[in-house]
Amino acid sequence: MTSDHSHLPSETALRAKALESLLVEKGLVKPEALDAIVETYQDKVGPQNGAHLVALAWTDPEFRRRLLADASDTAAEMGYFGRQGEHLKAIENTPEVHNLVVCTLCSCYPWTVLGLPPVWYKSAPYRSRAVSEPRSVLDEFGTELPENVTVRVWDSTSEMRYLVVPMRPAGTEGWSVEQLRKLVTRNSMIGVEPALPPEQVAP
Amino acid sequence: MRGGHDLGGRQGFGPVDPEPEQEPVFHDDWERRVFAMTLATGMLGQWNIDQSRHARERQHPVAYLEQSYYENWLAGMERLLIEAGLISEEELRSGTAEAKCGKDLRIPDAEAARKILTSGGPAAREIEAPPRFAVGSEVFVRRRHTSGHTRAPDYVQGCRGLVRGKHGAHVFPDTNSSGDPQAHHLYSVEFSSRELWGGDAESFEVLIDLWEPYLALADDNGA
Repeated sequence: MTSDHSHLPSETALRAKALESLLVEKGLVKPEALDAIVETYQDKVGPQNGAHLVALAWTDPEFRRRLLADASDTAAEMGYFGRQGEHLKAIENTPEVHNLVVCTLCSCYPWTVLGLPPVWYKSAPYRSRAVSEPRSVLDEFGTELPENVTVRVWDSTSEMRYLVVPMRPAGTEGWSVEQLRKLVTRNSMIGVEPALPPEQVAP
Repeated sequence: MRGGHDLGGRQGFGPVDPEPEQEPVFHDDWERRVFAMTLATGMLGQWNIDQSRHARERQHPVAYLEQSYYENWLAGMERLLIEAGLISEEELRSGTAEAKCGKDLRIPDAEAARKILTSGGPAAREIEAPPRFAVGSEVFVRRRHTSGHTRAPDYVQGCRGLVRGKHGAHVFPDTNSSGDPQAHHLYSVEFSSRELWGGDAESFEVLIDLWEPYLALADDNGA
C-alpha cells in the first residue's frame, strides 16, 4: 500500500461518486446517514477521548487501577463506547516496559478512544516492520529507548483493541486533568512516542 | 489466506512516513464518502466484519499493495455489494440503477446510523467448552495454508509462544467469514523476537491474540 495519499487519481474519486449515486438511487443508503457517519468520526470521536482517560489515570490511582483492569467498562462509564471499542485493553508504559500497537493484517485501532487511524498506521512500512524491527521504527519517530527497556509489540489480530497509557512526564506535579490531557498525543497512545514534555504546552 | 495484506515481517517497503499529529482524518472528499458508504452498507446486515476483511484480502496482492487504504475499502465494498446481490456488475459499470433492490432491507437514517455506531457489536460469546490452555501454557501455532480468511498471521505460524492472557470466547473469524459465527477461546500469546526472526533480530516481545483452533500445546509438537 502506498503511503502517498496526496496524488490519488481522480478516477477513484469519480468511481466513489458513481457508486454513491447508484446506492442512493437503488435506495440502499440514505445520504443523511452517510453525513452522520462522517460527522461522528471527523468531528466527535478522536484522540481527545483517550487523552482524557490517560490524564485521569495519571491523577487518580483508583481510576488507573480500574482502567488497567477493565478498560472497556471504564471507558464506557466516561461515555466512550461503540464501534471498534467493544473490547478495550489499556496497557501501561513503565520505566521497564514500552508498549507499541500495530495491526499487521489490516488497520484495527481503538476508534472509541483514538478516532480513525493515521495514514502511517495503515501503511505497509509500519505494518510490516513494527513486529520485526520495532526499535528501528521507533527511531523513525525520534523515540530512543534505553537498551534495558523491554519493547512489547501488540499485534491486533482479534477484536481486542489496545490503548497505550504513556508515562506521565516529569515536571507535571500538581497539574490538573485538563492541563495534563494536552500532553497526551495520539502517537503516545499508539506507543510510537512518549507524552509531550511539559514545556511544549502552556500549563 | 496469505494475501497482500499479511504484512508482518515483509521487507522492502522503506521507512515509515509519520504524519503530523494534526493531519486531518480524511485527505480527500472521496475518502470520506468511501468510509461512510462502507459503514452504511455494512449496517444492512448482508455481511459481517470478517467477510468484509476477506473481500479486501482477496484482491490481487499487487493491487492491494499499490492502492491506498481507502481504495482497498472501495474495491472490497464493490465486491461485497455484487456478491450479496445488492447491485449488479452492469450497474456498477454503468453507474445507473436497472431495478430497485429486491431485498426487504431496513435502511438506516442518520439517527439509526448514530445509534448503531455508539452501540457497537461485541465479539465476545459465552460457550460451554472450557479453555484448553492456561496462562503460562507453552503453545505452538499450527501451520495452515488456506485460501479462506484467517487471523493467524503467517509470521507466527509454526512458532512457539507462551499464553499470557485469556480473553474468553470470541467469534472465530475463519468460520465467520463464510457466514458461520462459531466462537472459540481467544488467548493473548507472547513470542520472543528470536523465536520469530532468529538470533540476529532486535530483542523484543510480540503479543498476538490467537484463537484456540490455531494452537496446540508445544509438547504435542503441533499435532
